[in-house]
Amino acid sequence: MTPLTHYLIFSALLFCIGFAGAMMRRNAILVLIGIELMLNAANLNFIAFWRYGNTEAISGVMFTIFSIAIAAAEAAVGLALVIAIYRHRRTMQMDKFDTLKG
Amino acid sequence: MLPIVKYLWLIPALPLLAAGLAALLKKERRASAATLAIGSMSISFLLALAAFLPTLSHGEHGVFRECFNFTWFEFADNTFQSASTVQLGWVLDPLTAMMLVMVTFVGLLIFIYSVGYMAHDENFTRFFCFLALFAAAMLGIVIANSLLLLFISWELVGLASYLLIGFWYHKPSAAAAAKKAFITTRVGDMGFLLGMLWLYSKTGTLLFYDGGNGCLEQSALIKLVAETTMCGMAISTAISILIFCGAAGKSGQVPLHVWLPDAMEGPTPVSALIHAATMVAAGVFLMARIYPLLSASADPATISTGLKVVAWVGSITAVFAACIAVAQNDIKRILAYSTVSQLGYMMLGLGVGGVAVGMFHLITHAFFKALLFLGSGSVIHGCHEEQDIRKMGGLRILMPITFATYAIGMLALCGFPLLFSGFWSKDEILASAHHWQISQIPFYLGVIGAFLTAFYMTRQMFYVFFGSPTVSPAAVADTKAKHSHNPHSSHSHEPATSIHESPPVMTMPLVILAVFAVLLGLIGTPAWPWFHGYLAGHSPKVDLGKLAEDAGLMLVSAVVVFTAMGLSWLVYSKVTLQKSREVDPLEKAQPFFWRLLANKFYIDELYEVTIIRLNKAFSVLSDWLDRTFWTGVVTMISHLTVGLSWLSRKIDEDLVNGGFDHGCDGLRESSRNLSKAQNGQTQFYFRVLGIAFVALVLALIWRAK
Amino acid sequence: MAERLLLANIVMLNSIAFYILAVITLAGAVAALTLRNLVHCALCVAASFAGIALIYLQLDAEFVGFAQILVYIGAVAILVLFTVLLTRGTEVQAGVAFLSRSWPAGLAVTALVFAAIAAPILLTPELHKLAADSASAPVRKIGEELMGNYVLPLEVIGLLLTSALLGAVVIAMQDKKD
Repeated sequence: MTPLTHYLIFSALLFCIGFAGAMMRRNAILVLIGIELMLNAANLNFIAFWRYGNTEAISGVMFTIFSIAIAAAEAAVGLALVIAIYRHRRTMQMDKFDTLKG
Repeated sequence: MLPIVKYLWLIPALPLLAAGLAALLKKERRASAATLAIGSMSISFLLALAAFLPTLSHGEHGVFRECFNFTWFEFADNTFQSASTVQLGWVLDPLTAMMLVMVTFVGLLIFIYSVGYMAHDENFTRFFCFLALFAAAMLGIVIANSLLLLFISWELVGLASYLLIGFWYHKPSAAAAAKKAFITTRVGDMGFLLGMLWLYSKTGTLLFYDGGNGCLEQSALIKLVAETTMCGMAISTAISILIFCGAAGKSGQVPLHVWLPDAMEGPTPVSALIHAATMVAAGVFLMARIYPLLSASADPATISTGLKVVAWVGSITAVFAACIAVAQNDIKRILAYSTVSQLGYMMLGLGVGGVAVGMFHLITHAFFKALLFLGSGSVIHGCHEEQDIRKMGGLRILMPITFATYAIGMLALCGFPLLFSGFWSKDEILASAHHWQISQIPFYLGVIGAFLTAFYMTRQMFYVFFGSPTVSPAAVADTKAKHSHNPHSSHSHEPATSIHESPPVMTMPLVILAVFAVLLGLIGTPAWPWFHGYLAGHSPKVDLGKLAEDAGLMLVSAVVVFTAMGLSWLVYSKVTLQKSREVDPLEKAQPFFWRLLANKFYIDELYEVTIIRLNKAFSVLSDWLDRTFWTGVVTMISHLTVGLSWLSRKIDEDLVNGGFDHGCDGLRESSRNLSKAQNGQTQFYFRVLGIAFVALVLALIWRAK
Repeated sequence: MAERLLLANIVMLNSIAFYILAVITLAGAVAALTLRNLVHCALCVAASFAGIALIYLQLDAEFVGFAQILVYIGAVAILVLFTVLLTRGTEVQAGVAFLSRSWPAGLAVTALVFAAIAAPILLTPELHKLAADSASAPVRKIGEELMGNYVLPLEVIGLLLTSALLGAVVIAMQDKKD
């Protein structure tokens, strides 16, 4: 069977792709997509650890379920924000959003 | 306990209330003020009579004596195991009852008289307020069963006296006299206070009578007599001599007599009430009150030092003041010195013969001296504020009632045999002095005093009432001019020549007092010494044989009086008929002695050069010290303070504020730098998060190792 | 023998399935974050989500896998697509850099982060020893747990979702003034 470490490495790769996307793309929607990918990577970790640990205790699964719910909420609010910002600024460029700078 | 004992406090409280109410009255409410004062005094008089009646019957223990005591306050500390409280209270015994009746009665008459005398004074209301205050304080002294309560009332009396002497305070002489009276009596009161404190520290109580625990009762006296202080004096003696200092101050004994003649600057009713009848007698009363302490001595056979001191001081005062009185020309001053002299007699009587002898003279003197003062007031009133006897004359026709009553008072004071009260009381003092074991000198001094008294009183009578009226219209006009600045002298609108008899409101008290001046002698004759029995607590019997025993002495006394009066008549009867009365015949004969006497033995001047100069030197020294030394110290301290505050300011501004400002600047600068990190680039924050995450992982790995 | 072989085959097939799915997922993710056309990006990310859902199934977490398909592919990816369309993200602007100016720094940080995650995984020997038993998380059990131990978090999540939805509507709502 596939060792746990493979899952973990896969999850790490997915997380880093998400992270890199969130950090490097200019478009706000893609930043959100990157963040969703990072969340998925974390969820995958939970499931992998559950599968390779004590399967009777299903807290890993529960955690994932709640995480998915929160991710859905986050996506809804985040995309609503994107639309609102776009409406005001007519742009999606992340580096233009610097009103709150010190 | 009799109800009257419990409510004895009402007697002083009523005049006090009247004084308080009168103080609140407006100036125009003259009738109300007089009504209040006289009304309260009348009720007090009735209460005093009610208190007097039970004391007439004496129980098997001797003197009737009941007291009502209460605790004023308690001390927290236990210096005295038995007593750590200060108690006040009042006592009803013959001494108190008799004084109460005398003070309220004489006081009442003088109040009534004042209505006439002060009728034209614009501060009439204030006058009655002060009079009532005085009466309240005096009655407080009389009923006190505690030395402390007595002292409080004593000082209140001093205050009232100050206010009344200085009643016409716009006159500089009156203001000065008030101050002099107040300060001089304070000197004596210092001794009183010290004596009182000493007594308290020794016995733990200031109550006179307290069912065997009072300071005048056996147990305390034994303790006080047993201990001795410096010079081998028993403590009781030392304390009583200290208290006598207070009594001497108030009763004008040598050398503290100087204030009393000057106190005649006050209105005449004041002179009569305070400086003749009651207040000055307070000193004698005080000595009578503490007589058990005064006379206490280890060996009952010997006479205590305290009594000796009192007797000597009294006898010297009697002669000393009588001498001065001979050479005075002011009608009230003569009476004032006569008062000092008579107070000396009282002290002498107290010292040599006991309470009854001194107190008997006190009572008789109160009546005839009040009579004389009120008579002199009537004369002054009639003569338009003239007080110089050389400018009077022939008043017996113009003022017949005043003349008659004044003559009775004068004869009583001189000790005219048999008929007048003064004779009996003075004779008794002389008799006691004659029987004194220690020395005969007080007796001789007393006789000389009696001679001088008769002499100067006769002289005064001649000047004032006999001869031709010398108050010329010019003199009256002169007087008018002298007093025209005085708003209280409202006679200026009257015809100048009208020397007139005083109104009935003034003469009626004179008549009543005159009656008593005669009759009072009957209660203390050797044949029927009711007064002594009353004070000592036994019933006297009529014994005419006693009269015979003292007959020799009485004869001597009578001869002395007659000689003095005759001599005076010889000298002055002619002088008073002359127009020029400015120079006294005695002055012509003995100018040196006359000057000495006229200037009161230069006592005031002596005080001026000694005590007052010393005082002045001290104040100059204090002033100098203040200006140089203390000013330097103060300046130094202030400079030091200024220096310290400068330093403090420097530290504050440069160190504290500077440091704080610097800190703030640094904080602002660093936050400005920090805020640059907040650049609004979300992806920059991501990077920082990533680096922070890496750092966290590294830290965890490092920790795990 | 044949059964053992069959089992071994299944296990091996399982492993192979994981690797294939992993490759698809990563490729989808990379494509999603590198393509210029945002519609393509949204579709690629949907593919990536689907890969992850299949990996969940491969790990015997059926409920989570189907939840993943429903939520991520059915909701999030569609939402992203709608957003792209609403914001005219489809118009690819030529000549405008699709990467941010500081992308090299981002790449470096990403490398560091990957190293920080991978190093502990590779350096922890205990992880290699863990073996997977045959296990499953039956829906019944999950349901019981959600209504038992996790009922309070479930309620809170319900509240959160409600408020998030309301918030999203409020934020995205057209202002009357505009």
